[in-house]
Amino acid sequence: MLLLDRVDKTYPNGVRALERFSADIPQGEIVAIIGGSGCGKSTLLRAVAGLDRASAGLVSLDGATIEAPHAKIGIIFQEPRLLPWLSVADNIGFGLGDLPKDVRRERVATALTRVGLADKAKAWPRELSGGQAQRVAIARALVPQPEVLLLDEPFSALDAFTRADLQDHLLDLWADTRPTLLLVTHDVDEAVVLADRVLVMRPRPGRLFDDITINLTRPRDRASPLFESFKRRVLTALDRSLDLSVPDGAGKSAAGDAMWW
Amino acid sequence: MTLDTTTLNAAAQAAPAATRTQWRVLKPLLGMLLPLGIALAWELAVYRGWSNGRLVPPPSRVLATIMDLARSGELTRHVVTTLTRVGAGFGLGVVAGTMFGAICGYWDVARRLFDPTVQALRAIPSIAWVPLFILWLGIFETSKITLIAVGVFFPVYLGVMGAILSVDRKIVEVGRTFRLSGAAMIRRILLPAVLPAYVVSLRVGLGLGWMFVVAAEFMGASEGLGYLLIDGQQLGKPAQIVAAIVIFAVLGKTTDWLIELATAPFLRWQDGFRAGGAA
Repeated sequence: MLLLDRVDKTYPNGVRALERFSADIPQGEIVAIIGGSGCGKSTLLRAVAGLDRASAGLVSLDGATIEAPHAKIGIIFQEPRLLPWLSVADNIGFGLGDLPKDVRRERVATALTRVGLADKAKAWPRELSGGQAQRVAIARALVPQPEVLLLDEPFSALDAFTRADLQDHLLDLWADTRPTLLLVTHDVDEAVVLADRVLVMRPRPGRLFDDITINLTRPRDRASPLFESFKRRVLTALDRSLDLSVPDGAGKSAAGDAMWW
Repeated sequence: MTLDTTTLNAAAQAAPAATRTQWRVLKPLLGMLLPLGIALAWELAVYRGWSNGRLVPPPSRVLATIMDLARSGELTRHVVTTLTRVGAGFGLGVVAGTMFGAICGYWDVARRLFDPTVQALRAIPSIAWVPLFILWLGIFETSKITLIAVGVFFPVYLGVMGAILSVDRKIVEVGRTFRLSGAAMIRRILLPAVLPAYVVSLRVGLGLGWMFVVAAEFMGASEGLGYLLIDGQQLGKPAQIVAAIVIFAVLGKTTDWLIELATAPFLRWQDGFRAGGAA
């Protein structure tokens, strides 16, 4: 269970990026965080990753407070951030330094096959396309078998076709060990394709606006009417989150519900 | 008609292919054209008596001087002396520059403490130290090696510090998410990230080392290539001066190439403007 309890973040320049953000995320759930720019999505993710400390409030995983990067929490950034001096295989094995060499090699080989890059094991990162590099980054984050995987707009730099391909691929990989996924995105389609639950945030300061459960079975058909209606619900919530006349806590809008039910 | 175009195309493709192969062989030689041309022209000018070549000796006379020096064993003695001085000064300068650069790059307090002073010292032309070094350290090897080390220190120091300061924060964050310890962070992230800039600073440092060995040998030496220069000037032997200059060029280029050769295996990953391409 990943617990976010009234997480607050004020940057040294006085900008309040997050205000009392709370959420309980059960193990194995896929949660998408969506919201307009500057709503503190990335700030929230960095706090969960332990890369930044929250100014107030608490992030905990299975009862352990997160204050620094944690062995059971992996992260995938918007850019692949591969180490250019390591081969693809060594990049994937980067987080396995503590394991004996043969175990490490085996895990890397499995991961490489799993992301479909077995033939690229010895390639340099510069020789990969954007989609391939991001797949290596996914493999690198997954081989230490984290309980929680954080994704910070992981596919936003890719073209639409590659993005859809990687989204399916990510679900595939997720099914292996079923870690909790916490995905920051600004793409409604992506949120509805992947998530069990979409958290809509509203900006300045970033706070939770709406919590939408997507109870669609997987694999999800992007063209089905049900999919469309969920998308419309998320979009409506997003619109209302940016409308200053709508008070906080009015996220569960009658209009949005009426559209779907 | 169709046949004709095909034949034509084939011919058109075959011709550039042949030229391209020739071109690949000829390209490295292209750089030799200008110096060799000038040398030949000058040789011819002196041979035909258009110039007596007394102040600007023709290549054959320079070569003969080098041969003479080599035969008498003097060449080896001078070259070994100069190489030893450069080697010792370069080594000391690199060790000191790397240590200070790394400390000041890694540790903010040290940078605030040392860097302003080091930058102020760097502003002094290193040759200005010569009189002081002679007073302090005598006119023998110590003062010469110190001068060379001082010359090498600054580019290496600046290179290492600048490289550490400009390591991509995003890459460092990858190390942090994998919870690398301080030592592991240095070994697995900082060191490889800094290496390309470090090699450049070593090469710049070596170039300065060669520059300062001449200055050092001007300040009173009885052997070394710099001594050959001074000796040639005082006794009016321009061929000996040019010979020493040529040997400097060969040694400088060779040592620089050795650094490049030794570090190339560690830098194959670089995504430079010529990465993977044939030069």
